[in-house]
Amino acid sequence: MIKFIFKAILRDKNRSLLPVIVVALGVFLTIALSGYLSGMLGDMVEQTARFQTGHVKVMSKAYADNVDQMPNDLALLGIYELHEELNADFPDYKWVNRINFGGIIDAPGENNTSKGQGPAMGMAIELFSKSSGEVARMNLENSLLSGKIPEKSGEALLGYEFANKLGVKVGDELTFMGSTMNGSMAFSVFKVSGTVRFGSSAMDKGTVLIDFTDAQQILDMEDGTGEILGFYKDEIFMQEHAVETKVAFNAKYAIDTDEFAPIMKTLADNSAMGMYLGLVDSVAGMFVFIFILIMSIVLWNTGLIGGLRRYQEFGIRLALGEEKGHIYKTMIYEALLIGIIGSVVGTALGVTVTLLMQTYGIDISGMLKDATMMMPSVLKSKFTPQLLYIGFIPGVIAMVIGNMLAGIGIYKRETATLFKELEV
Amino acid sequence: MKHLIILLLSVLSVKQIQAQHAIAILNKVDANINSKTSIIKSDMIIYGRRNSRTITSIGYAEGNSKSFSEYLAPEREKGTKMLKLENNLWIYSPSTDRTIQLSGHMLKQSVMGSDLSYEDMMENRKLTEMYNAKVVGEEIIDGRKTWVLQLNAKVDDASYDSRKVWVDTERYVPLREELYAKSGQLLKKTELKDVKKIDGRWYPTKINYKDMLKDGKGTDFVVLEIKFNAEIPLYIFSKASLKK
Repeated sequence: MIKFIFKAILRDKNRSLLPVIVVALGVFLTIALSGYLSGMLGDMVEQTARFQTGHVKVMSKAYADNVDQMPNDLALLGIYELHEELNADFPDYKWVNRINFGGIIDAPGENNTSKGQGPAMGMAIELFSKSSGEVARMNLENSLLSGKIPEKSGEALLGYEFANKLGVKVGDELTFMGSTMNGSMAFSVFKVSGTVRFGSSAMDKGTVLIDFTDAQQILDMEDGTGEILGFYKDEIFMQEHAVETKVAFNAKYAIDTDEFAPIMKTLADNSAMGMYLGLVDSVAGMFVFIFILIMSIVLWNTGLIGGLRRYQEFGIRLALGEEKGHIYKTMIYEALLIGIIGSVVGTALGVTVTLLMQTYGIDISGMLKDATMMMPSVLKSKFTPQLLYIGFIPGVIAMVIGNMLAGIGIYKRETATLFKELEV
Repeated sequence: MKHLIILLLSVLSVKQIQAQHAIAILNKVDANINSKTSIIKSDMIIYGRRNSRTITSIGYAEGNSKSFSEYLAPEREKGTKMLKLENNLWIYSPSTDRTIQLSGHMLKQSVMGSDLSYEDMMENRKLTEMYNAKVVGEEIIDGRKTWVLQLNAKVDDASYDSRKVWVDTERYVPLREELYAKSGQLLKKTELKDVKKIDGRWYPTKINYKDMLKDGKGTDFVVLEIKFNAEIPLYIFSKASLKK
């Protein structure tokens, strides 16, 4: 019977073309939008992990309570031992030190004047340590607009918009003024080794990037760090694993009442990131729900129109003695086949567009000129195996439900009035 | 109608008398606190969560537009100098042999992790030049009777839009201050203690500044030595003195 119905679908284009287009379009939109949103939100999460939070982060308890203020006076001390402990207990992670600090950057002009000055968002990472993987993690090689990555102490990278604002170029000297961990005045002179497009407008406008050991020296943080970031192997965030790591680590320090004892947080503990991760997870479910709801209504309507068009055909089939249940069943089989054809077409189109978007993306850097939050300047889709069924199954289900609803009318036909209706 | 006019005039007169009274109080406060020149040796005690630090400095001031300070201890800060001329501030660091000029919103940054901003350190204008005042009550602080004055900025460049000042009714010295932003948010609190008579004027020799946006016990400013109207050589208030 399937073969018979399939032939009917192919031969009677009026019966199948519109539903196939509707299903294909719905499936395509579901896949393309779901892939795009997952990609966009996933990029934001990954970018935040690389620049700010890591997959897990170790801080002192006091620092964690005031993390937004970059309170280096509350920094972690005794980090050599802490690293040994982390590497032994959680070898699946790569542990790196980071110090975030604030201050003023001054570009000296002639005769003790300033040619440019501005508040700086300082970031110290393990630039000189090859094993840290920080240069690759921050994608610094590809983000360099001029100069080179710092190779020796006293060199700094500058966000390219910050460099433009200060009027400095590669090789120029800068004076940094800030506070040490103990609150003393910190003065230091840096040479600009290069300018970088971080891909985040907020960072491009005010970030100075230096090596971790330089920051330790300037800020009087010997054997100390603001944060220790942990990145899971292959740099992929695994939320459940991160939570397990956090619980195991924090259990060791649960009874330690020292406010400077270490505490671990996961990326999802950051309130904004938790929300994004929740969104990433719920985006697919949200789309499927909306898709099934809208498509069922649309296909119910399409089914009704088809039912009206085939009113006479059903009448003749009933008059010839075919059972109502049989007609209803063939109609559902037909819907199933049309749903499958439409879903295959829609899935193929959706996956193709998603893969193209994953490769090329949409450059929105022009729209981020005044942005103050960290977000990627190229929006990309993300292909996941989930996309292969996220539209397909709902596409078929919506078509079947739509036709089931529309086909109920068959049972309302009275055999006694059929001949009158058919004007025989 | 006649009664209403009399009532209105009475209310206006009371308000005017209150304002005049407040200005008279502020004039006496200014007379105690301000002088033509001053040389102050002081300790700034900064209370941190981990430890406390004491920074010793000597400051020279002339009128309300010139001041110069040099940090004497600890070793890490020794030789750091600040010069203020009008609205400009220069900071010299001996370790880098660099001078940085600060201006605009940079002056709102904290000085050496303390609860004072550069703007707070620089501010030595008379209160009567910057604020309109009225007496809003009376309170007892540490056993001393005080007038509570509400000060509202009458100039655009005042560091704080409004202040509440508790002034000792006998010695005309502020014992407490609350500093507010334009939004009405309380930004800083100061407690002034150890009031001593120096050169015929009452002067608080211990001031605790508390930045209300920060945790902690605040910063103490302790006057070790003070000379009013002393002769200060002109070169002190020049940029050349920064590198001397």
